[in-house]
Amino acid sequence: MSEREVKGKIGVKELSPIDVYKLLPRTNCKECGEENCMAFATKVVNREVPIEKCPPILKKEFEKAYKQLKEMLKPAIKEVVVGTGERAVKIGGKLVMYRHELTYFNPTAIAIDITDEMPEEEILSRIKRVEEFRYEYIGQILKLDMIAVRSTSNDPDKFKATVRKVAENTNLPMILCSLNPTVLEAGLMAAPKARPLLYAATKDNWREMAELALMYGCPLTVFAPNNLKLLKSLAKTLLEYGVEDLILDPGTFAGEGLADTLNNFTMIRRLACKQGDELLGFPLMGVPMTVWLESAGIAPEIVKWREAYLAAMLIVRFADILIMHSLDGWALLPNVVLRANIYTDPRKPVAVEPGLKVFGTPDENSPVMFTTNFALTYYTVASDIESAKVNAYLLVVDTEGIAVDSAVAGRKLTAEKVAEAIKASGIENKVKHRKLIIPGKAARLSGEIEELSGWQVLVGPRDSSEIPKFLQEKWNP
Amino acid sequence: MAEKREKDESVLGLKLNSRLLELLAKLQEIELEDFEMEVGDLEVWLQPGAVAAPVIAPPKVAPPVKVKPTQIIEVEFIPPVETYPGRVVEVKLGATKSEGGTRGKTVVIGGETTPAFYTFERPTPHQPVISLDVFDMEVPLAKAVKMHVKDVLGDPAAWAKLAVEKFGADMITIHLISIDPLVKDASPKEAVKTVEAVAQAVDVPLIIGGCGDPVKDADVFQEICETFAGERFLISSITRDMDVERCAKFIKKNGHVALSFTPMDLNLARELNRRLYDFLPKEDIVMDLTTAALGYGLDYAFTNMERARLAALMGDPELAHPMSSGTTNAWAAREAWLKMAPEWEPRELRGPLWEVVTALTLLLAGVDLFMMMHPAAVKTVKDVIAQLMGGKSGNADRLVEWVTAKV
Repeated sequence: MSEREVKGKIGVKELSPIDVYKLLPRTNCKECGEENCMAFATKVVNREVPIEKCPPILKKEFEKAYKQLKEMLKPAIKEVVVGTGERAVKIGGKLVMYRHELTYFNPTAIAIDITDEMPEEEILSRIKRVEEFRYEYIGQILKLDMIAVRSTSNDPDKFKATVRKVAENTNLPMILCSLNPTVLEAGLMAAPKARPLLYAATKDNWREMAELALMYGCPLTVFAPNNLKLLKSLAKTLLEYGVEDLILDPGTFAGEGLADTLNNFTMIRRLACKQGDELLGFPLMGVPMTVWLESAGIAPEIVKWREAYLAAMLIVRFADILIMHSLDGWALLPNVVLRANIYTDPRKPVAVEPGLKVFGTPDENSPVMFTTNFALTYYTVASDIESAKVNAYLLVVDTEGIAVDSAVAGRKLTAEKVAEAIKASGIENKVKHRKLIIPGKAARLSGEIEELSGWQVLVGPRDSSEIPKFLQEKWNP
Repeated sequence: MAEKREKDESVLGLKLNSRLLELLAKLQEIELEDFEMEVGDLEVWLQPGAVAAPVIAPPKVAPPVKVKPTQIIEVEFIPPVETYPGRVVEVKLGATKSEGGTRGKTVVIGGETTPAFYTFERPTPHQPVISLDVFDMEVPLAKAVKMHVKDVLGDPAAWAKLAVEKFGADMITIHLISIDPLVKDASPKEAVKTVEAVAQAVDVPLIIGGCGDPVKDADVFQEICETFAGERFLISSITRDMDVERCAKFIKKNGHVALSFTPMDLNLARELNRRLYDFLPKEDIVMDLTTAALGYGLDYAFTNMERARLAALMGDPELAHPMSSGTTNAWAAREAWLKMAPEWEPRELRGPLWEVVTALTLLLAGVDLFMMMHPAAVKTVKDVIAQLMGGKSGNADRLVEWVTAKV
C-alpha cells in the first residue's frame, strides 16, 4: 500500500524480523522477557522494544552485531535532542512517511516565541503561560514544549540578558533565533550548557553558525527559504564541517507560497523516507508565526486564526517542530489535540475494555447507562459521572472504538449489541429495575433496544455533561 | 449539542463572531492587493542569489580546521517525482439544461493522478468543492453556527439561497431529517416538495441527504430520483444495509450519482463499491469513508482516507473514487461548542476553527467534496484551496524578516 511497492524496490527502512534475528545471539535466553529471539526480533522491528532490551547483545563479544543492528534500525529522520535534563525535547526520529506504515514517533514540538525587546513582565507572563498550558485529553496531558527567543534588537547584550532571564525562569528547552552570529553567541554565553537549538545557518552565515554549534554542542537549524538545492547543499556542507544534529527549515509561507511550503516539506520527507537521502534525513521546522509578517492593518484574531490553521496543516504534513506566536487557548487547543491524534499509534485502536463499570457505591436502585468503548467517549462520560459524584453503573458497549454517532451511523452500535452487552454484564442480578439510560445520540435505537432486551429505555442527554441534571430530573427507578 | 446552551448567548461572543466574518471578507481584499504587488517581487525571487544578506560579524573564534569546507558544497536537488499506475475517476455532479437538468452550474471532482496537493508532481485536476448543509426542519445546532442561519431555520429554500449567495457554497446538501420514521415520518412526496423548493431557490448541484433509515431512505430517494431525472444529484448515502441493487438501479435509470458510505474500513468500502459496479458505471460513484471529528477519531479518518487515495493511485480500482467528507461532524466534538474555562474562550472562534482543522486535515488526505456548516470555516477552506491550486510563490526575501519582526 505504500509508494515503495510501486517502484518495486525495498525502502530504506523495510526490515523483516529475520534481518534482526540473524544478528541476535540466538540463545533464546529469555532475558528480554520474550519466549525466544525470534519473538524479540519481531518486537524490535515493530519498534515495540529497543534493541538494548537484549542484555547479551550489549556484551563486548557482540559489539559488531550491535553496531550493525543500530545502523539497520536507524530512523529515516534523525532524532535530535534539544535542551537537557527532564524537559529535553526529542525531535524527529521518524521511521516512515505515512503514519499507516508504522507510527509517527516524537510528536511535533511546539515552541512559543518571546523577543529581547519585550518588557520584562511580558516575557515572564508568556513563560508562565507556556509552562501552565495544559489540557487533559484521553488520560494524557497536552502541553507546549519550548520557548523560542528571538533577537529583534540585533543587540548582543540585550539578547544575552533575555536568554539569561528565560533560563532563570524556566527549564523548557530554548530555540535561540538570530541570523547574526555575534548576537547568537552572546545568547549562548548566557546559557552555555542548555543545549538550545540554534536558528539559523543561512548561505551567508553558515561557517560562523557551524562554529557556534560545534563549540557549544548545539543542534543547528538550516534555513534556505524556498530553495531546496541550497538547503541540501548547506546540509551537506555543515555535515562535512562536523555539525551532526541539523534541523531543516525550507521556509513557511502563509497565503502566497503556501503551496511551495507544502511541496517543499513533502519532497524533503519523501526523499528522506523513500529514497534514503541522508542529507535531507533531518527533522523539519515549520514557522507558522510568519503570518505575523503580513499582519499590518489586520485584526489580531484573524492573524491568530491563520497561524492556527497553518500550524494544523504543517502538523499533518510532516513538521517536527513549530514556532508560534499566538498563546490564545482557542487557537492552540485544536493544534495540540490534532498533534495527539496524528501521533497516536494507528496499530492500536483508541479504545477501552468493554464491560460494566461501577461509579461510587451503586445499589439495586441505581441508574444504569451505556456508552461506547471509544476511549474519548468513555473518559468523557466517566469524568462527567465522577465529577457529579453519582452512584451508577455504566455499561461500555464494544463499538470497535468508535464514538456514539459514528457508531450508530456505521452500525457498529446496534440494538443487538446493546442487548448482548446487558446479558453478558450480569447487571440484571445487580439491580431490580429494568431501566436503561441510553445516549441521546443513540435515540433512534430506543425501540429496538426495548424489544430485544426487554428493558425500558430512557433517552439520555446528547452530551454527557448533562447526565447529573438528567438523573436529578428523570431518574425514578 | 444542548439546546439549553443556546440561551446563554453572550453579546460579546455574538459580535465577535459576526465580526470574524466581516474581517475575513476584508482580508480577501488585502490579499488581492498583495497579489498585485507580488508580480514585481516574483522576478526578484527567481534569482536565487538575491536573498538579502544579513549583517555578519566576523567570528570571534576560528580554530584551525583540517578538512572543514570553506565554501558551500553544491549538491544536486532532484524533485522526487513518481508516476502511478492508478487514477481517481472523474465524477460530474449536477446537470445543466443542455445536459438534461436544470442546474446553472455543475462541478467535476476527482481525476487525481498524484497524492493530495503533491503539486510538485502534477497539478490537481479539479479543485475540491464545498457543499453547505441545509436541514428541512429545526435541529440542534451549535450556537456559533445557529447565529448565522437563525433567520432561515425551518425554511430550506431560504437557507440554501443564503448559503450560496452569502457563504459561497459550491453545492447544497439538503438533509431530509423529517422523513425519519422516528422523527416526523414525512412522506416521499413531502420530501420531493422540499427538494423542489431548494432546486428552485438555487442553481448549484444538490446533494440529497437521507435520515439514516435504510428502508425509508430508499423509498424517498427513489421518489426524488424519478421526479428529478437527469439532474445528477448526489444521493447521500447508499449504505450496505440498504437494498443496494434497487437503489443503484433507480440512480442509474434517472441519471444521478451514488454516494457510497461505509464506516472507516477500506474492505467494507471496496465491498460496497463492488456491489454498485453491477449496476452503475464508476463515473457515477463518490465514496464517503466516514469523518470523525478532531479529537474524536480524526486520526482514524485521516489515515483511512490517505490509505484509500494512495491505494487508488497504486492501481486499486475499487477505491479510485472521489472522496466526500461529512466535515460537519467536527461539531460533534464538545470542544467545538461547549463553554469552557476562560483560557479556551471564545468558543465562537474555537468552534469554527475546529471545523477548519478537521477539514484541512482531510483536504491533505485527498477529500474532494466537503460538507460543511460554519461560514467562516467555509471561507477559510476555500481560501486555502485557492492558494494550493494556483498560489503564487512566496517571497523569500521577506520571509527572513520573521526572526526580527516586531509583533
